Amino acid sequence: MSSLLRGTGRAYLLSAPALVLFAGLLLAPLALTLALSFNVFDYETGIKEGSYTLAHYLGLLGDPYFYEIFLRTFWISALVTLLCVLIGVPEAIVLSRMGAPWRSIFLILVLTPLLISVVVRAFGWSLLLGADGLVNQAIVALGGRPLKLLYTPFAVVVGLVHVMLPFMIIPVWTSLQKLDPAAEQAALSLGASHLTVLRRIVLPQVLPGVLSGTLIVFGLAASSFAIPGLLGGRRLKMVATLIYDQYLAELNWPMGATLAVALLLLNLLVMLGWNRLVERRYKRALGV
Amino acid sequence: MTRNGPLGLAFHTLVMVFMLAPLVVVCLVAFTPENTLSLPTAGFSLRWFAAVFERADFLTAFYNSLQLAALSATLATLIAVPAGLAITRYRFPGQGLLNGLFLSPIIIPHLVLGVAMLRLFALLGVNGSFSWLVLAHVVVITPYVLRLVIAAAIGIDRSAEQAAESLGASRTTLFCRITLPMILPGVAGGWLLAFINSFDEVTLSIFVTSPATQTLPVRMYVYATESIDPMMAAVSALVIALTAATMILLDRIYGLDRVLVGKQ
Repeated sequence: MSSLLRGTGRAYLLSAPALVLFAGLLLAPLALTLALSFNVFDYETGIKEGSYTLAHYLGLLGDPYFYEIFLRTFWISALVTLLCVLIGVPEAIVLSRMGAPWRSIFLILVLTPLLISVVVRAFGWSLLLGADGLVNQAIVALGGRPLKLLYTPFAVVVGLVHVMLPFMIIPVWTSLQKLDPAAEQAALSLGASHLTVLRRIVLPQVLPGVLSGTLIVFGLAASSFAIPGLLGGRRLKMVATLIYDQYLAELNWPMGATLAVALLLLNLLVMLGWNRLVERRYKRALGV
Repeated sequence: MTRNGPLGLAFHTLVMVFMLAPLVVVCLVAFTPENTLSLPTAGFSLRWFAAVFERADFLTAFYNSLQLAALSATLATLIAVPAGLAITRYRFPGQGLLNGLFLSPIIIPHLVLGVAMLRLFALLGVNGSFSWLVLAHVVVITPYVLRLVIAAAIGIDRSAEQAAESLGASRTTLFCRITLPMILPGVAGGWLLAFINSFDEVTLSIFVTSPATQTLPVRMYVYATESIDPMMAAVSALVIALTAATMILLDRIYGLDRVLVGKQ
């Protein structure tokens, strides 16, 4: 073999700069934050370095205020995920059935908002959903009464669906690309209706894409910060905005660290649980 | 191939309206001559764009963001290219682990990364330092460069490398004359993608910037939580224009669909 494939040492040398940076600025800060979540804290004197307690975790478990925010974050993320499936899957299928120039044009148009600052997009939604925004103007023009939309869970859900939709469309689109068009043709020529083809041929094959999209969307929605911060207002807290408050308003860093660790763990737990559930169903469906 | 029915196209139109509406509205409001955010606007004016350029805080934030994005994208590229080549060209123990570590900032919430780095920076006494902010961004955007470098390094024809090597080319020559030119579209695309991601980053930055190092998205976020006026729309329209220009560049160099959807 060529010398390109020799030299384990050279491989480590090449990845050393990245490894040093990631050890120092990713692994170390995460470990420090885990330790911080056990640090004793006093509002008068601040963080007591070197003394540890479980008080923040017990406080988290015993406070209905925290429960409420975690529960709200969970149901908003679940709803956003469901809406992304209901909108993203049909949209990806429609896109994949378009003709040559339109297909890539619309794919890019649907996905590019991904690259535009989330603050800009949240601001756009606050313009649309505001008291005299376009949505309320349309409601009034149709003879209704203006609604309070901004700073409600509705606004947060709409904003999050807008941000997360590309993350659902991408994996579904990718699995659609792997679909053999001959299978659809065969089913159609054998007399299957379009609905049957969709239900029996297309949907089962895009399922893996939908499932990975679900994981990404739920994870990102549950930890989203800018959208609930700008569209939920001061009163409608989600876990991320709560952590921000603990760090920068309350200055209770250990409690903030505890909440951050809890968010990370719960996220991981939901994802692993979902993965397990899906895997078991797959196995049953395949008769393994 | 199955074609879309009218129902499918109607659904598609609704989705497109949903995706583009907030961006279009921002751009329309930016040109309002009035003091309020009302739509439709009575006329057309550039006064709010002029107002942006009189705000020293927004201008400083913009230059900060531009510098930060350029520096951190360059540093990320400098560490991601060798790491990507190590991962694709060698077999070594811990290879998968290393790859997973370098891609992990994509999965870890930026909020968690933000509070974690805040703690580290506070302990080191460097919070609010621009250089450490750059390093923080490098960690967050390295995965984007690394993914494109790995895809490019796997995709190229290896026989050219092997031919050069058997003809006695040194490692430096091999890299500069053969490998780098062949993976260059991936490297350049990765740099641009990293640039955009750094320029847009708000959640991590909000924890580790000081008023002097505040980035544009952080300045905009703080401004939007305090007040809403058409100047915010003008800033947003400028950000959209800048992002669009970068995306066109990215499309020319690497292909936007490849960046967004992955290799096809």
